[in-house]
Amino acid sequence: MAEVTFLEALRQGLWEEMERDERVFILGEDVGLYGGAFKVTDGFAKRFGESRVIDTPISEAAIVGAAAGAAHMGLRPVAEMQFIDFISCAYDMLTNYVATARYRAGLSTPMVVRGPCGGYVRGGPFHSQNPEAAFLHTPGLKIVYPATVRDAKGLIKASIRDEDPVLYLEHKWLYRRIKEQLPEGEEILTPIGQARIARDGKHLSIISYGATLWKSLEAAEQLEKADGVSVEVLDLRTLLPMDDAAIVATVKKTNKVLIVHEDTRTGGIAGEIAARINEQAFEWLDGPIMRVTAHDVPLPYAPTLEDFVLPQTDDILKAARWLANY
Amino acid sequence: MARVDVLMPQMGESIAEGTLSKWLKKVGDPVKRDEPLFEISTDKVDAEIPAPAAGVLAEIKVQEGQTVPVQTVVGVLETEAGAAAPAPAKPEPPKVAAPAPAAPKPEPAKATPAPAPAAAPPAVPAARPSGRPTDGDGGGGVQTAEQRLRTKSTPLVRKIAAEHSVDISRIPGSGYAGRVTKQDILGYIEKAPTASPAYSGPRTAPAGGAIEHPIVEPWPGDRVEPWSKIRKITADHMVMSKRVSAHVASVFEVDFTRVAQLRAKAKQAYAERGVNLTFLAFIVKACAENLRNHPIINAAVSGDRTIYRAEVNIGIAVALDWGLIVPVIKHADELSLIGIARAINDLGERARTKKLLPDDIQRGTFTITNPGGFGPFAGIPIINQPQVAILGVGAIEKRPRVVTAADGTDSIAIRTMGMLTMSYDHRVVDGADADKFLADVKQLLQEFPEGAV
Repeated sequence: MAEVTFLEALRQGLWEEMERDERVFILGEDVGLYGGAFKVTDGFAKRFGESRVIDTPISEAAIVGAAAGAAHMGLRPVAEMQFIDFISCAYDMLTNYVATARYRAGLSTPMVVRGPCGGYVRGGPFHSQNPEAAFLHTPGLKIVYPATVRDAKGLIKASIRDEDPVLYLEHKWLYRRIKEQLPEGEEILTPIGQARIARDGKHLSIISYGATLWKSLEAAEQLEKADGVSVEVLDLRTLLPMDDAAIVATVKKTNKVLIVHEDTRTGGIAGEIAARINEQAFEWLDGPIMRVTAHDVPLPYAPTLEDFVLPQTDDILKAARWLANY
Repeated sequence: MARVDVLMPQMGESIAEGTLSKWLKKVGDPVKRDEPLFEISTDKVDAEIPAPAAGVLAEIKVQEGQTVPVQTVVGVLETEAGAAAPAPAKPEPPKVAAPAPAAPKPEPAKATPAPAPAAAPPAVPAARPSGRPTDGDGGGGVQTAEQRLRTKSTPLVRKIAAEHSVDISRIPGSGYAGRVTKQDILGYIEKAPTASPAYSGPRTAPAGGAIEHPIVEPWPGDRVEPWSKIRKITADHMVMSKRVSAHVASVFEVDFTRVAQLRAKAKQAYAERGVNLTFLAFIVKACAENLRNHPIINAAVSGDRTIYRAEVNIGIAVALDWGLIVPVIKHADELSLIGIARAINDLGERARTKKLLPDDIQRGTFTITNPGGFGPFAGIPIINQPQVAILGVGAIEKRPRVVTAADGTDSIAIRTMGMLTMSYDHRVVDGADADKFLADVKQLLQEFPEGAV
């Protein structure tokens, strides 16, 4: 066993897949010689060579488009967005071309688009976004969003092996902040489409993913200590396809649901989850479905403003307490 | 001074009467408004009923142990002038509805601004709407703010309430604005086991066993009528029987031409002896004669064994304006045709005049229902538990029929025909048993001995 960071786990996953399967290759801005803006691919160019770790021009559309072509031809590209905010430059390629390829032309497109997302790092509006909601609405894509070290590794490996295009979102606040013992020599694969109970509880459920999973866990801990309320926390892990069974199971268990995400509120995933609960477990609800999300504004640079806009542990605690007493 | 009637409250839509189990105050005792005044029990719940006003208990009109319809005056309170004034009025609606609507400053999204109720859980006055059926809001009319709050609940709580037949407004709520929470209703059900579903399966409770009838929302303009005792018993019994028995039916067509002729011939003589001779009498007689030869039809099921009844006691379903009742002809196999006809007349008459004794409707071993007079060709009755078979008689009328003469030639003749349908419990009665019995009944009816009339 060795203690590794989220970033190291992701790096290991990429490395292992490239060792395992020579069809796997990486492309992106500064991923080669420089080793990536966050050093995720540090040392990859040296080990695997320039033909499998390709530095590209600054054009996200070109990166995704080239990856799609390679995938059609039988390779397994992993495309890096230096910051996930810039995936919007490739929105057309991803939604119009990649997501529809299987439907339109029977073309298999086994590719991964990954990149650092999320705030809490004073990154401002261009380097802190969570783009999942825009792509959740696109049939043909899969979206994974690991919150733990283990899943960072397990999901990148599963994404690379998947036969369909997968959007892999990695929260940069988690990169070096969380550590976990990972067994060496064991192949870690996290199945796509399966949520995970991160904390067992019986009075209330918090559904979350990514960085806010940790804030939800903190709030759950505090609520249990202060109020004796037992809070279950569900880590979605995969956003698309969504694990309805796990969501319904936790609703039926605790009857009260709080959905927490870092993305902005309007049109956010919480709304979709709430709708599914209404459709599938309405009669099990013992309170309104609640949301804690970012405010509907671009993310400010100013630290105090960023703290205000993004959901904090205390916001989750307040909402959970209100719901528990409902 | 004013006199306020104390009424038997309606503790749920389907409850028509309640038993006053205990007075908690004596005549002359002072009582406060909402202080428990008496206890009641219904088939579903036991409850303490609060006084509708403050005053002195002046009169007790219904004694402990008596069962009376809802809204019966059970006692009278004498109120003092001051205390009387607020009594009939509806309590001031608690002001919880408007929690200072979202501060004007942009305080959007984020931690779903747990609105004002979080800060100010308004203690809803303990007053429960139970004591005032005169409000007549039970059927879904306009509710006071207080009543709305009292029944305000979540989908889960409403589901649990429906499953356990619990009136949510009777449960003290601990949530915001007195809302009944999951914990509240589960705790309430646990404390009041009588209110929980007693249906413990057919094996242990074949005769009683609370049956849950799903709750249906009335629409505006609908009339909601609580069940009478007889309707409730019938409803429960029919559902229970369908659940308990493996119902299957056999249908036989019987040529009643000979019976019709015998009946026409003897009718006058019977009338002179005060007896109306009906087709039904012949059918009862035919069954009575054959039940002893087919003991499995004259039986009951108890757990995993069969009880073969020593007596042949045939119940006759009698339709009344207010329901259905089944008086029983005891020892029917020991009666002549005129004895049976007289028993049918007698029991029917006493059923219609409400003069049946409890014993008259007990100890049946087989039942016959005769809707034929209303015209159905045939019907499939529900077994009268714990018996194992019930015979239904269809309309008896003239129909064309193929008859074969002694020389083998066929012709169509006008015959008096009727259908006999028997539902039986396939747990113990197999098709062959039922059909052999019916075949014997049919044969006896078609070849009814003249000497037996």
